[in-house]
Amino acid sequence: MGTGTGLGRVRGLGSAKHGGAHWVLHRMTAVGNLLLLPWLLVSLVRLPTYDYTTVTTWLAQPMAAVPMMLLVISVFWHFRIGLQVVIEDYVHEEGTKFASLTALTFYTLGTGAFALFAIAKIALTGTPN
Amino acid sequence: MAQNRARPLSPHLTIWKWGANMAASIIHRVTGTGMATVGVLVLTWWLVAAATGQESYDYFLSWAAHPLGKVVLIGLSWAFFQHLSSGLRHFVLDVGAGYELNTNRFWARATFVFGVVMTAALWGYLLFVKG
Repeated sequence: MGTGTGLGRVRGLGSAKHGGAHWVLHRMTAVGNLLLLPWLLVSLVRLPTYDYTTVTTWLAQPMAAVPMMLLVISVFWHFRIGLQVVIEDYVHEEGTKFASLTALTFYTLGTGAFALFAIAKIALTGTPN
Repeated sequence: MAQNRARPLSPHLTIWKWGANMAASIIHRVTGTGMATVGVLVLTWWLVAAATGQESYDYFLSWAAHPLGKVVLIGLSWAFFQHLSSGLRHFVLDVGAGYELNTNRFWARATFVFGVVMTAALWGYLLFVKG
């Protein structure tokens, strides 16, 4: 960074031009959640019981498995962005902040992979009956 | 440079007088964080248990049916409805509407009413109508 001219003093201090995309993705995934979570809630309320056979038979259908996978992607992406904002607001020390954001990413991808694999397994291996 | 360490630093969670709108904002973060941690772990456990087999799933169900499990599930559903209603409020604020003091306070209060009413309706139906 230069120290002489006005331009030299401010160069490199502007935004990284990434904040807007982050903000829009948070809203976009919020709309996804707004469609998918009421679907899950209504589907679960409409199930006669919550035993193993009923739940896996329901989740094995394409009309349940695919929205459920989309739900995991939308919800997990949304909370990844939201928790990042919370961490950036409350964790001020650079090292701790980097460690927290790394842990958050691993947590999101780890739980997300387990959730998606579980849905795929139920849908692709069929039901007990 | 001398700095008075006792001066409050942003964000001020402890020195503000509680109001409906700041409560809605902080509760939005609390419910979001709660669902991202407890909620996501419960959802993932439920799915993985169902994919693993009858025995794992029954173990999940035994916790879901436990009074402690019920408290967690009721809490998560409240967090969901609360986060949903204040999230909808955020969409309105995002387009630049609803900042007039009385309007802002009214809709902030409305998010709490929605959260509690929907949670009561859901569990009233699940526990007393459906059985």
